[in-house]
Amino acid sequence: MALPSETEAREIIARVLGQSRAESCRVSLGGGQSGNVRFARNAVSTSGATSNSTLVVQSSFGTRSGAARANAFDADTIARTVTASEELARLAPEDPEYMPPLGPQAYQPSTAWADATAAMDGARRANAARLGIEAARESGCVGAGFLEHGASASAIGNSAGLFAYERATSANYTVTMRTPDGTGSGFGTSDSHDASRLDVAAASRIAAKKANASRNPRAIEPGKYTVILEPAASVDLLQYLLFDMNARSADEGRSSFSRKGGTRLGEKLLDERVTIVSDPSDPLAPASTWDGDGRPVGRTTWIDRGTVQNLYYSRYWAARQKHDATPGPANFLMQGGSKSTEELIAGTERGILVTRTWYIRGVDPQTLLFTGLTRDGTFYIENGVIRHAVKNLRFNESPIVMLNNVDELGRPVRVSNAETALASVVPPMRLRDFTFSSLSDAV
Amino acid sequence: MTTRRDFVGTSSLALGLAMAPRLAHAAGVHGALTPIPRADKKALADVALNTARSRGASYADVRIGRYLNQSLSARETKIQGVNSSESYGVGIRVIADGTWGFAATSDVTPDGIARAATEAVAIARANAPLQSEPVRLAPQKGFGEVSWVTPIGKNGFDVPLAEKADLLLAAAAAALKAGANFFNGSIFLVNEQKYFASTDGSYIDQDVHRIFPNFTATAVDSTTGKFETRSALSSPMGMGWEYMAGSASGKTQGPTGTLYGWSYDMVEDAAAAARDARAKHSAKSVAPGKYDLVLDPSHLWLTIHESVGHPLELDRVLGYEANYAGTSFATLDKWQSKSFKYGSPKVNLYADKLEKGSLGAVGYDDEGVKTREWDLVKDGVLVNYQAIRDQVHMIGQTESHGCCYADNWSSVQFQRMPNVSLRAGTAPLTPAELIAKVERGIYIVGDGSFSIDQQRYNFQFGGQTFHEIRDGKIIGMLKDVSYQSNTQEFWNSASAMCDRRDWRMGGSFFDGKGQPGQVSAVSHGSSTTRFDGVNVINTARKI
Repeated sequence: MALPSETEAREIIARVLGQSRAESCRVSLGGGQSGNVRFARNAVSTSGATSNSTLVVQSSFGTRSGAARANAFDADTIARTVTASEELARLAPEDPEYMPPLGPQAYQPSTAWADATAAMDGARRANAARLGIEAARESGCVGAGFLEHGASASAIGNSAGLFAYERATSANYTVTMRTPDGTGSGFGTSDSHDASRLDVAAASRIAAKKANASRNPRAIEPGKYTVILEPAASVDLLQYLLFDMNARSADEGRSSFSRKGGTRLGEKLLDERVTIVSDPSDPLAPASTWDGDGRPVGRTTWIDRGTVQNLYYSRYWAARQKHDATPGPANFLMQGGSKSTEELIAGTERGILVTRTWYIRGVDPQTLLFTGLTRDGTFYIENGVIRHAVKNLRFNESPIVMLNNVDELGRPVRVSNAETALASVVPPMRLRDFTFSSLSDAV
Repeated sequence: MTTRRDFVGTSSLALGLAMAPRLAHAAGVHGALTPIPRADKKALADVALNTARSRGASYADVRIGRYLNQSLSARETKIQGVNSSESYGVGIRVIADGTWGFAATSDVTPDGIARAATEAVAIARANAPLQSEPVRLAPQKGFGEVSWVTPIGKNGFDVPLAEKADLLLAAAAAALKAGANFFNGSIFLVNEQKYFASTDGSYIDQDVHRIFPNFTATAVDSTTGKFETRSALSSPMGMGWEYMAGSASGKTQGPTGTLYGWSYDMVEDAAAAARDARAKHSAKSVAPGKYDLVLDPSHLWLTIHESVGHPLELDRVLGYEANYAGTSFATLDKWQSKSFKYGSPKVNLYADKLEKGSLGAVGYDDEGVKTREWDLVKDGVLVNYQAIRDQVHMIGQTESHGCCYADNWSSVQFQRMPNVSLRAGTAPLTPAELIAKVERGIYIVGDGSFSIDQQRYNFQFGGQTFHEIRDGKIIGMLKDVSYQSNTQEFWNSASAMCDRRDWRMGGSFFDGKGQPGQVSAVSHGSSTTRFDGVNVINTARKI
């Protein structure tokens, strides 16, 4: 039973709660199947399929809690897991921040399931790899790509009567094409919960075109430049901004959302064209409608026309601060304009087009300064036209600074890059004074 | 790439997130600590091998794995998470029609295993038409029934929860007493019980242990609204609870404080961290420019990892990781020239899966190859890569290096970084003697920010504490320091390394690679080393 139905999930949770001897008990379970195919050097390298389950039982006596986790739902495993969680709870120290389980909640229905994704199999995966490899061969490139899909079900329940269940699917294709001489590299991606919306061939063609166009890049002096960040180039940096919007860290004076004597809540921190929300019912990037505590998750505006509108709270911190217990972000949705990346390029006097960024890591949490590099297609734009490829560059930049230097935002699209954790919809952006600090020889 | 070290998953896979447990605190099921009888595992493994063969596989291996994790976390004076898990299942890898196929299942029954083996063969067959040449495996003799166990002094899973909690709380109390406003600490334990069998005739039972204590102390200055942090100078280790003893013989007095080798004192380090975080508030902001860097092993491990470990992975060099982790500047032509100067003549870098206490140490890798040590850079010249069974023929070698790994039964094994370390200097030299010869430099302790390009040329590293050296003496603390360099230029600037007495390991508990992403744990040893004329930038900004 890798993918439990709602009825099965209710039954498993009821069995766990029926065996519980704790003062309160919370149960979480999940199960699903995933499959992937990977190709490199224009041939399939690995391919696989996995099915797995998760069962977590958390028992509490007073404010002492313990939890046990296993990956099966049979009677023996349930009994062992319940017993183990109770033994651990009795051994655990008191938790002064303990919060009792939530009672029943009302949830929006989840829209994150697509039958087309659940129907993916080895043959369909092989076909996707074939499309990628064919695009590479036709364009004289060497292709490396990866397609992954999954279908899962999750449920939570507790001794206070709460129950939530949902199913979700995901599908993602990324491809990097390189010229055989190693002087050009291009990237393409397609991401959706619905595999029928993936366009493997188009993403592959874009990657190949960029690879051929990025050959023999010229060096430019590091410094401040107008840039057009394609969505895959900005999504990871932007998410780090959202992940820093934890109310407790801000209140405690240890995040970029802290300020002397308080937080930046209500402060106009970014350009007024910047609005960032999360909304599980978004049609492009549907997400879970409840969080790990069982709190309902709906639409939340984090940044409203440049102003910090919300921070997210744990239930404990919300109670302590007498604030609504705003759950964390379900997905990342940044609003924008109507222009495509090509139209933004056409309106650029001088600037650098960045296809993708890489290895983004924090440098200074106070200013949310990050460093990372461009890769797989970096070009110089002059008078609205791409003139030539440029060598890759290292940047040291804060998303807070970046989003104060907005020149123009384009039309948001669904996107993911190497370390994107949330389903995301992000516009291409033209930004002034983006800080490049050194050149890289990497192609 | 090394993943962010805050235990927050950064997987891009929506499925992974959806399947993640919905509760924050979890602990291992007690019964899981009892090993599964070896005869039972052998019988199940034979089901996989026989099924795969009967379906037409020319090769098959099976890994029956039970993976136990336990972590405790503390926030200030509160234990906030006892977070442990058990994962049990089987992964089956086959070659059919010259192509790899893999399937994994948590249904560890003869029927479940037979189904997975059948699916693995079907997947291989589906992909065979897309294969340009059949997989070639370096020959490997079967070892029969053998076993290997991490030589631990005390199993961390057997240590009572209360003892672990008390240690974390004592460290928190020490940090808060010494001037920290906040303390976030954790102790992470891993036990991999892995049973490997292959059609080569090996049945290998291994019991692998790892431990990682870590924390961050934060000091807020309410007058300025600024905060500074200092993280632990511990290292993740392939050891048991004995690492936490803080014994005098396992640590050393460095130029600016206590440094840790085979033994770690979390309480002592927490107090020192609080003092360092406090001191950073009044430290001088660095003047950018060229400095001679003196890098402690608690820092240098990460630079070795990123600029030597990753670029010498043969799968990267060949293009198999081009779509995610990237390729490598260390191309085959450079290696074939036998004269590519990776570093100065003093630089000797080697790989191993043997070093006692290291994260990489195992008896056999995850495709049944006995582990070993080999040179990567000898007297500054690139001499070899890291390669596994289906790769070594591409560099004209006949034996795998034994560095194949999968992070779970559900993950397919592939080439992963062994321990990669810098040999100590042969002439007697202490860190104090090394610093005494530096005119204008910075001594860096602990790992901090890290980033490197996808071919491993351009990198930028921070650290935990930075100390200004003038005319052979440390004259004070600096802040806002990061250094940028190019791998070959950097290693060619290595001018002195301390002797073996100072050789210590650091490591990564969460080194990420592959698609789907997998983590692995790997150690990197070195002694304190000097690099001349490295570019240092100032990272202070205003928002």
